[in-house]
Amino acid sequence: MIINSILSFEFPPINELLRWRDVVPGLNKVGLIAIASALIGSLLFLSAARKDPKVAPKGTRNLAEVIVEFIENNIIMQTMGRDGLGWTPFLLTLFLFVYLCNVPGIIPFIQMPATARMAIPMFLAVLVWVVFNAQGIRHQGPIGYFKNLMFPPGVPKALYILITPIELISTLIIRPFSLAVRLFANMLAGHLLLVIFALLSEALFQARDKILIPIGVFPFFMLVFLTGFEVLVAFLQAYIFTILAAVYIAGAVHPEH
Amino acid sequence: MEALSKIVKAAAEAATGDEKNIAAAGSAGFAYGLAAIGPGIGIGMIFGSAIESMARQPEAAGMVRTTMFLGVAFTEALALIGFVVVILLKYA
Repeated sequence: MIINSILSFEFPPINELLRWRDVVPGLNKVGLIAIASALIGSLLFLSAARKDPKVAPKGTRNLAEVIVEFIENNIIMQTMGRDGLGWTPFLLTLFLFVYLCNVPGIIPFIQMPATARMAIPMFLAVLVWVVFNAQGIRHQGPIGYFKNLMFPPGVPKALYILITPIELISTLIIRPFSLAVRLFANMLAGHLLLVIFALLSEALFQARDKILIPIGVFPFFMLVFLTGFEVLVAFLQAYIFTILAAVYIAGAVHPEH
Repeated sequence: MEALSKIVKAAAEAATGDEKNIAAAGSAGFAYGLAAIGPGIGIGMIFGSAIESMARQPEAAGMVRTTMFLGVAFTEALALIGFVVVILLKYA
């Protein structure tokens, strides 16, 4: 209130920041970003696939190979081991889509991560949930999967009273929930931080009191710093999302003995 | 302390919204502050021990890094759930 009276600074209500008007009927900015990132990802890999694999890679093929190698070496080999390499296409798609949805949060003039709305993270989390449960049922059989899920081996019998409900809830409910909320909340928090510092520096630069104008440098510096930080967060969240998907699938395919 | 209470009083008087809004804003800030304590300590510990083990065994750095990010992801989720609760308290 005091800030408001000095600076005529008003933080917009959250709906104004996140609820976009439809650009095309039925599609707003977030939807367009999601579609664009899906298209960009597919076009990148389609154009890379058309190149001759025998010559030294360059351009899009080089980029595509770097991404594939990153997924294989840093995500699959670390979590699923060698026999998880068949999962590269799924995890690659997941990683690329999440990353390309995150990155518009820092691209000037777009500046809205598509994953800052709950719909996309929730859909991806449900997808991962369906995939790892289906894999568990396929590899261990429905009875074996739920038996391993509810009664992990190597635990004293009496402790099952405690462990069974915890394991069941944590695997079937908390896992998809936290997967979705982690991505969503990280991107939303980053977006809101950028909004706050952008608005504050704008209000300070346009303040009626001339003394306040140089103070606006501090929020502006913070804005630049946080934009750099968001570059890291956009990558890290996509990485973590994919790693967790890989860990869940690996856990369902190869149960603990 | 007196200046603080004056500011709070001025803010409360200047607010056009009802008391529920003020209470929601106060408790939302407080809730996020509380939610950030545990994960802050936890992430610090995770990174600390990861750096220690990477320095001891640089050849295991890749595996340590992956596991570290896993741990950070699980710990961080608590703080983020706190953040979501704040948004719900404030705007829902």
